[in-house]
Amino acid sequence: MANLERSKQRRGLVAIDAAMAVIITLLVVQIWLLNATLETFLAGHKGAVLSAAIFSGIAFLGCLALDFFVTRVDQESGK
Amino acid sequence: MPLLRSPSKEPLWKDEFSVFTSDERYVTRRQFTKFLTLASLGMFVGNLWILAKSRFTKTQASPTVEVAETGEIPVRGVKLFTYPTPQNHCILIRTSAEEYVAYSQKCTHLSCAVYYSAKEDRLECPCHQGFFSIKDGSVLQGPPPRPLPQITLEKDGARLLAVGVRGS
Repeated sequence: MANLERSKQRRGLVAIDAAMAVIITLLVVQIWLLNATLETFLAGHKGAVLSAAIFSGIAFLGCLALDFFVTRVDQESGK
Repeated sequence: MPLLRSPSKEPLWKDEFSVFTSDERYVTRRQFTKFLTLASLGMFVGNLWILAKSRFTKTQASPTVEVAETGEIPVRGVKLFTYPTPQNHCILIRTSAEEYVAYSQKCTHLSCAVYYSAKEDRLECPCHQGFFSIKDGSVLQGPPPRPLPQITLEKDGARLLAVGVRGS
């Protein structure tokens, strides 16, 4: 029984770690996107601003979904 | 952990500062994930701010201003002027007998004033050794991330007029 609990917890941790890795990747992409958008905007090009905001929003929604996933795994891992 | 804790659950301090190592691992990861998600929200808000600025900021009107008389400055000579507002300092350079170019004097790195180096035939920023091409204001060397904004010039008889700014 205790082994089952430990295994469940370990699997939960692996899932959370994987979700965190994806969130970090999305965040790095967002940081790059913000930097590139700001540079192009200051250089007088406004064409990419809307698409960058949309992609950044999608990345944020992805992070939010993964955050909910982490919360759910946390709840289900025998706490 | 739900967004809103129900009163029947354990107190927050017991949940967030668990005495069990296995639970502690979850807590730290959960908190870190929340921090990362907030950072992601910050990036998104930053992009929205740029979008709002690009949509709602009125483009500055480009007045026509006389900056010099032709022949007023020698070949490879310079004249400083302000355009389009008195706060925007610019540099006019006579590159040949008939050719003039003008750029904003504000370096695109950290806004130091650039000057014309006749010896090297380029614009130089003395703060961090950023060099710009005299032909189009593009970055030749150094940390500036963008070219210098170029002032559009027009000749009206013997007068040299500034009529707009490109790449500002």
